[in-house]
Amino acid sequence: MVKSRPVFLELWRIRLPIPGVVSILHRLSGILMVLAIPIFAALFARALSDGTGFASAAAWAASPLGQLALLLLGWSLLHHLLAGIRYLALDLGWGLDRPTARKTAWISLYGALALTLIGAVVLR
Amino acid sequence: MSRRASGLKAWLIQRLSAVYLGLFGVYLLLFFAFAPPRDHAQLAAWASSPWVALGLLVFIPLLLAHAWVGIRDVLIDYIKPIGLRVGLLSLLALIFLASGLWALQALILVQIG
Repeated sequence: MVKSRPVFLELWRIRLPIPGVVSILHRLSGILMVLAIPIFAALFARALSDGTGFASAAAWAASPLGQLALLLLGWSLLHHLLAGIRYLALDLGWGLDRPTARKTAWISLYGALALTLIGAVVLR
Repeated sequence: MSRRASGLKAWLIQRLSAVYLGLFGVYLLLFFAFAPPRDHAQLAAWASSPWVALGLLVFIPLLLAHAWVGIRDVLIDYIKPIGLRVGLLSLLALIFLASGLWALQALILVQIG
């Protein structure tokens, strides 16, 4: 086996196809949500503890930092969900041809961004 | 190699848990977006109603299993030094265990109290 395979890492010249972009963002959104697990566990436990705990959890969620985190995690959840539904469909053999796979990738990408934006506007 | 969460089994865990997480996750998202509890009493009543409590009790371990398979794949792909990889996986395992038990404890306490 040849040890020195050619490596091309000029990131500004690599043009990833749109399903590749959706795939990377699926990973990124998953990592962001993993990092949020201990924070949400703490918020959940505090909010369930008593009235004071609920107020402090609600105050954090309403703070600028909390709002930013919720926006980012809202997008993460929506992107992970839409791209995830797409992957389940691909696993079942649906939408495997290239034009359909590209179309559903665009739908996941823009669908998650649009829903995040709508959510942010409606809920603020 | 462990057969518990690798290969085909991990692949299947990832997809089966995804279906439940997707369905219950959408319910949670819609509930907290459009009918969020306004005080502790409302939250406690919601979390201790039988179907929600059961749904959450199932949701927490499935979420952690799904997250574990996913983050394990990411670390195996990007962290090559084996010591660092095992160290990070161990740290995450500890954080996941603590987070899951903390959330379950809160859920059970609110039903007793």
